Amino acid sequence: MAFTITSEISEGIAKLTLSGSLDSSSASMMQLEVQKVATQSPTALVLYVSELEFMSSAGLRMLIFAKQKLGTSVQIYIVQPQGQIVDTLQMTGIIHSVHIVDNYPA
Amino acid sequence: MAEYDLRIDYYPTHELQGIEYRRGHVLPFGATMVPNGVNFSVYSSASTSCSLVMFERGEPLPFAEIPFPEEFRIGNAYCMIVFDLDFESLEYGYRMDGPHDPANGHRFDNSKILSDPYAKAIGGRDTWMASPDWDNIYPFRSRLVFEDFDWEHDRPLQIPIEDLVIYEMHVRSFTMHPSSGAKYKGTFAGIREKIPYLKELGINCVELMPIYEFDEWEHSKLHSDTGQQLVNYWGYSTLNFFSPKAGYAASGKLGMQVDELKTLIKDLHSNGIEVFLDVVFNHTAEGDHRGPTISFKGIDNKTYYMLTPEGYYFNFSGTGNTLNCNNPVVRNMVLDCLRYWASEYHIDGFRFDLAAILGRAPDGSPLNNPPLLESLAFDPVLAKCKLIAEAWDAGGLYQVGNFPAYGRWAEWNGKYRDHIRQYLKGDAGRVGHLAQAIQGSPWLYPTRGTTAGINFITCHDGFTLYDLFAYNEKHNQANGENGNDGCNDNESWNCGCEGECDDTEINALRYRQIKNALTILLVSQGVPMIYMGDEMGRTQHGNNNTYCHDNELNWLNWALKDKNADLFAFARHMIVFRKAHPVLRNRDHFTYSDYKNTGFADITFHGANPYQADFSEGSRVFACMLNGQYAKNGAETDDHIYIATNSYWDAVVLELPQLPGGMHWHTSVNTGMPNGASYFDLGQEPVVEHPKHFILGPRSAIVLIGK
Repeated sequence: MAFTITSEISEGIAKLTLSGSLDSSSASMMQLEVQKVATQSPTALVLYVSELEFMSSAGLRMLIFAKQKLGTSVQIYIVQPQGQIVDTLQMTGIIHSVHIVDNYPA
Repeated sequence: MAEYDLRIDYYPTHELQGIEYRRGHVLPFGATMVPNGVNFSVYSSASTSCSLVMFERGEPLPFAEIPFPEEFRIGNAYCMIVFDLDFESLEYGYRMDGPHDPANGHRFDNSKILSDPYAKAIGGRDTWMASPDWDNIYPFRSRLVFEDFDWEHDRPLQIPIEDLVIYEMHVRSFTMHPSSGAKYKGTFAGIREKIPYLKELGINCVELMPIYEFDEWEHSKLHSDTGQQLVNYWGYSTLNFFSPKAGYAASGKLGMQVDELKTLIKDLHSNGIEVFLDVVFNHTAEGDHRGPTISFKGIDNKTYYMLTPEGYYFNFSGTGNTLNCNNPVVRNMVLDCLRYWASEYHIDGFRFDLAAILGRAPDGSPLNNPPLLESLAFDPVLAKCKLIAEAWDAGGLYQVGNFPAYGRWAEWNGKYRDHIRQYLKGDAGRVGHLAQAIQGSPWLYPTRGTTAGINFITCHDGFTLYDLFAYNEKHNQANGENGNDGCNDNESWNCGCEGECDDTEINALRYRQIKNALTILLVSQGVPMIYMGDEMGRTQHGNNNTYCHDNELNWLNWALKDKNADLFAFARHMIVFRKAHPVLRNRDHFTYSDYKNTGFADITFHGANPYQADFSEGSRVFACMLNGQYAKNGAETDDHIYIATNSYWDAVVLELPQLPGGMHWHTSVNTGMPNGASYFDLGQEPVVEHPKHFILGPRSAIVLIGK
């Protein structure tokens, strides 16, 4: 499924909405969005992913990239991930670097 | 096409069917991500041509096949950069042409697509025991991996080797049993879930049985009587030396085995646990002339394998072929491989399966100064890694005690295993050997110190610790080989009944013997290694070679931890005790002298009477006292420790050596105590009842501390 991403900054919170498959062919799109919001030094990054169906190894890297780009003090929230995405985060341990929530603010 | 890097050497010069490419870089070998593309480089000295064959992931037919132009061949390497490839969906291989002339060592076959010896991942075995497509024209597909894992602050732990307690384990077996409670059973992620258990036990190093990609279907068969599926379960048959086994990763079907394994290692490190790999460089999964052509055989057979003058395969591994490790090209591949694992995976140490083979010349003769072993010992990238040899091979080369060490290599101490087993079952004439073993085997390693020896009583090969005291004979019927497999010299003793029995006394004796073994192992100088599950009485029901069983013969039954809670607590205590007492972890051998004028030598030997050790044929009692002033060879201070063992069937009365004024002996361990209570927690050790005498029970061991 084609990947789409939109972003906005609201009251210092960066909000990205992702859908489709986040893999090596689409990861660069997310990278661009993260770089874009990073210029405004957000205090948190919120990823709305209820429509995201697949995250590959390249997708995982984008989470790590976001953490490194925004600084480790900027918390990352993943809102309403599908089961397979949660599994991927669990199996690879990335889940410890983010917050899985049903809504933001949690 | 994507925006190109401005560097001229990353600009395409060739095009075929819409795919753009150019001459690549010779080094590094393998497939490497470069700006806008992938650099492919492969060595072959005797081929006449080579093509790069590329597939979309899982597709039956390739989407492109690009012959390497002659000008892309530099020396004996083909190299090419191909642009605009999808790193995650690409699977690739090589088609080599050349002479098919086995008598002269050449087995080229241009009908085969070959795996890259330097591939960093292999597709096609993504899910454990998934049925193979036997018609697949390229079953073991080379893949790319990202190498930008976020290690944060992690680095190899560099725990001094004498401070390690190694836990040998099989990735799948550790959590596959339903009782494990793990969500991701049988995987790297499953081990992560059990890190709290490893910490509770107290070990600080896991040694993973082979995790390089292998084919569990290799030589698979159905048992002729039971119909049970038998597979290559242990994995001592490497398909590719750079790739972690995808089937061991819960995320393998997503191609994320690299991330999952690195995450495991990172988490083990953050919990103070080192990671060793059991690596198998002695042979490959291609077997002999009857085996499949997967990679090396079709790329440069004569370089990668030791061949007889007639072009057949030398078989020092017992599995069909032998890797030609001291050929300079192969030697470099082994070095590249271990450097890769040390640097990209933060591996802390390597245990080399049948390492004696690594010291053989291409004609099979043992080398006096094996270049591979020397190169590994002095390699700058591996400088802090522990290197451990299984110092024998299936061709009869047995080098325990004289493996070419170059001041670096340690060895699995097979002599230690044999002597401790013989002593524990009560053989005559074993007290001298026990004394040597407890000291770190100075007779074997007079100049190499205690850390040359990895002490073990059991390992994956042979009986479990429980079975060592429950079976006189191996019971390998489930293997379907008519009992011809597995060793016959187990030095085991069933304590009076073969296999499971209801006799309370026999069962009590068995568990006491296990505790005796753990006591000796964990108070011995050198580096102790425990086999997975021995701390909770795991049984293989007398099978001493469970290499082919993906079932409860191998899976760790976690219910045993509750069933044998007393045993687990004892094992845990012995590890705690070892870690608390540096006098048990000297790096250099004892001197038998009192060079600090403390009143005692660093070690003294005793029997039923102090300072009267009995090493005679009929003796079965041994005691020694370690002087706490000589902990860490005099660098630290510790309690005095008195260790006594009795493999005789009756109790003996020991007269204890006297301590300096004001000090008393306290009981830490006494496996002969009734009602299962065999130890006292640190700091809670009671003063011994009688200051001069101690009744050492039949087939028992004690550890006293003087303070």
